[in-house]
Amino acid sequence: MDGLVVGGRKIGSRLITGTGGAANLEVLERALVASGTTLTTVAMRRIDAVTGTGVLDLLRRLGIEVLPNTAGCRTAAEAVLTAELAREALETDLLKLEVVADERTLLPDPIELLDAAEQLVDAGFTVLPYTNDDPVLARRLEAVGCAAVMPLGSPIGTGLGIRNPHNIEMIVADAGVPVVLDAGIGTASEAAQAMELGCDAVLLATAVTRAADPELMAHAMRLAVEAGFAARHAGRIPRRYWAQASSPAAD
Amino acid sequence: MTIQINGTAHALAEAATVADALAAIDAPAKGVAVAVDGSVVRRADWATTPLREGAVVEVLTAVQGG
Repeated sequence: MDGLVVGGRKIGSRLITGTGGAANLEVLERALVASGTTLTTVAMRRIDAVTGTGVLDLLRRLGIEVLPNTAGCRTAAEAVLTAELAREALETDLLKLEVVADERTLLPDPIELLDAAEQLVDAGFTVLPYTNDDPVLARRLEAVGCAAVMPLGSPIGTGLGIRNPHNIEMIVADAGVPVVLDAGIGTASEAAQAMELGCDAVLLATAVTRAADPELMAHAMRLAVEAGFAARHAGRIPRRYWAQASSPAAD
Repeated sequence: MTIQINGTAHALAEAATVADALAAIDAPAKGVAVAVDGSVVRRADWATTPLREGAVVEVLTAVQGG
């Protein structure tokens, strides 16, 4: 029951939140605080004269570590350049590697993803790849040196939950690095389910930032991740076909 | 000379450097990274890296996402 360690770095919370989708920085701040997260994703984009480095200033003030992503990249080459820019701007070697195939599904392109992962590990990054719920690809990503694997529950932003729990269990069973369920979570029970399946952490954004009450949903997700983690380690009862009385037999 | 910074044309003095390009858009000193013609220029080299006519400069920072 020790804490989460990714690439030799201790992560203080098993709920990793994304910052994408929040209506404004005040809403984001309240949600981040309610989630109890210590690590949160950001994207790299052209600087805007109005917003400047506002997100970074907020995260610094809240003492939350940044996990830059490569969102929007379609090829390994694009992802590698974005990663280098993120490391330069944010002075961190942590990286959520994201190489998606198309806008409609936002599913990872496994060929480009593995290629980028290998290059970035060689370049000294601590690589956390957003990957398909494919146990074979997860194993290949671990083999090239990724510090964690982050399989999707369902496509980004869909809130469809964990569509293939058995695949997630197989990834967990095989993995020698932390498994982070990333993408697809819609509500608290699904975050708890991810932890019950044996994931080490949950990464989510949309489920919180686009909820009607982001702060309350962030609170719910924090409790769900804690509950699911505790249940996983408490040793659940086996499923039985027939009833088993929990009270003594009548005299 | 004229260069592109984040997709907009800017007129800079001859022999301008990456640091001059950042000053032209009032970019903060921290939390940004620069690519010139598709390659990262490290912070330590901003003041000494000259720009060529027509250079494509991208200045990035962290925004909400992921």
